[in-house]
Amino acid sequence: MKIYNANKIIPGLIIFLGLITFPMWYNMGKAAPPPEIKFDTPVIQQMAVKQCVLPKADMRTGHMQLLNEWRTQVVRNGYRTYVAADGKEYNMSLQNECIKCHSNKTQFCDQCHVYAGLQLGSVPYCWTCHIAPKEAK
Amino acid sequence: MGIKFSLLVVAALIAVVFLGVKVVGMYYVFGVIIPYLAILTFVGGFVYRIMNWARSPVPFVIPTTAGQQYSFPWIKQNKLDNPSTTAGVIGRMALEVLLFRSLFRNSKVELRDGPKLTYQWEKWLWLAGLLFHWSFLIIFIRHLRFFTEPVPGFVHLADTLDGILQVGLPGIYLTDGLILATVTYLFIRRVVIPQMKYISLPADYFPLFLILALATSGILMRYFIRVDLLKVKELAMGLASFHPTVPEGIGVMFFIHFFLVCTLFAYFPFSKLMHLGGVFLSPTRNMPNDSRMVRHVNPWDYPVKVHTYEEYEDHFREKMIEAGLPVEKE
Repeated sequence: MKIYNANKIIPGLIIFLGLITFPMWYNMGKAAPPPEIKFDTPVIQQMAVKQCVLPKADMRTGHMQLLNEWRTQVVRNGYRTYVAADGKEYNMSLQNECIKCHSNKTQFCDQCHVYAGLQLGSVPYCWTCHIAPKEAK
Repeated sequence: MGIKFSLLVVAALIAVVFLGVKVVGMYYVFGVIIPYLAILTFVGGFVYRIMNWARSPVPFVIPTTAGQQYSFPWIKQNKLDNPSTTAGVIGRMALEVLLFRSLFRNSKVELRDGPKLTYQWEKWLWLAGLLFHWSFLIIFIRHLRFFTEPVPGFVHLADTLDGILQVGLPGIYLTDGLILATVTYLFIRRVVIPQMKYISLPADYFPLFLILALATSGILMRYFIRVDLLKVKELAMGLASFHPTVPEGIGVMFFIHFFLVCTLFAYFPFSKLMHLGGVFLSPTRNMPNDSRMVRHVNPWDYPVKVHTYEEYEDHFREKMIEAGLPVEKE
C-alpha cells in the first residue's frame, strides 16, 4: 500500500526513534560498573570497630537525610550531640565529624555522586558553604 | 465502572510485581526481560501505528481555519492560525505541540436561566495539561542520568532547574509536585463534570491511574522508601549497554516503579497516548490552507475516464462543421 508524505513521515519517525533510543547509542554498548567506595583513610584504618553512625546499608541510601536532620538540629535547634543506636555519641558536624574519618572526599563522596548523575559542585550543595577536606593528590 | 476497573488493573499490576519480586524472587524477569520486551513493544508498536496512519489517504484539505486566510495584499493574514505556507504550518505545529495553542482557546458553554447562553473563559484544562506534559518531559530527561555515563549536560541542566528550590535532601523536584497535582486535576475533572464522566472509558482512567501510581512510587522511592541508587544505575546501564545485570539488594519499591514504567511503555502504542505521534499527523493541523493555490487530488478518487471538449471536438469536428456549429479548431 502506498505511503503518503513519506518524505516527511519517515525522517520524523527516524528522528523520534533516534531520540528515544538515546541511551542505547550514547553509551555505545559500554556498561559502567559502579565505583568502589574507598574506606582506606588513615583514621578508618586505625579504628578497631569500623562503624559509622548508622549501619552501612542505611548510610548508603539515607546519608543525605541524616545530614539534613543534623543541619536542622544544629543550625535551628542548637543541639550538637547525636546519640547513635549503640549509645555512642557523635558531634553533629560534617566538617569536624564526618570528614574526620572520610577525609577522602573525591573518592568517598564525589565518585558516587558523579556516578549517580549529580552535578559536581552544585548537587548536592554541601561544599558551597562547607570547606572541603584537603587531600593529598 | 471504568474507574473501578482501571484502579483494579493498576492495583493488580503492583501486586503482581510485588509478589513476583518479593515472594517468587523473579528479579531477572522484572529487571531485564520485561523492560526489554516493553521497549521492543513500544518501538515496534509505535512504528506500526505511524506507518498505519501514513498509509491512510487524506481525501480533502481540512486545516482548521482559526484566523484570516491568505487573501488580498491589503487584508492581513493570520499566518499562525491560518497558515498557507510550510513555514506557517511549522510555526502553528510548534505552538500546538509546545504550548497547546488550540486548547488555550477552550471555552465553556452554559445555558443559564433566562434562558441565556454564556461562554466562559476556561483555561484550567490548558494549564493543567501543559504543566503535566512539561513535567513529564522534564522527569523523562532527568531519568537519563541513570541511563548514561558520563551524564550529558542537558540532563544536569534539567536536574538543576527542577531542583532549583533546594529544599531538603534529597532535594525536592518541582515536577514531582506538579505532576501529582495535575494528574489529580485531570482525574477529578473527568469525575466531577457529568458530561466528561459520561464519555470517560477505562482507556481514559487507566493511563491516569498508571501515571499517578508511577509518580507516587517514584516519589516514595526518592524521599521515603529509598533504594541504593548505585545499584539502580548499574541495572539501568546494563540495560542501555546490552550487558544486563541485576545487582542484588535493590528494594522492591524500585521494581514496582520500573514495572509500572514498563507497563506504560508497552501500553503506549495501543492507547490514546499515541497522540504523541498522532498530533504531527493531524490533517487539521499539519496542512496549509492553500487549496486555492495548489490542487489537492483525493488519493482514493476512482480513475474516471474523462472525455474533454478538445477530444469531443476532434471526434465530431466534421459533423459539427456540416451542421454549422462553431468549432475552436478548423
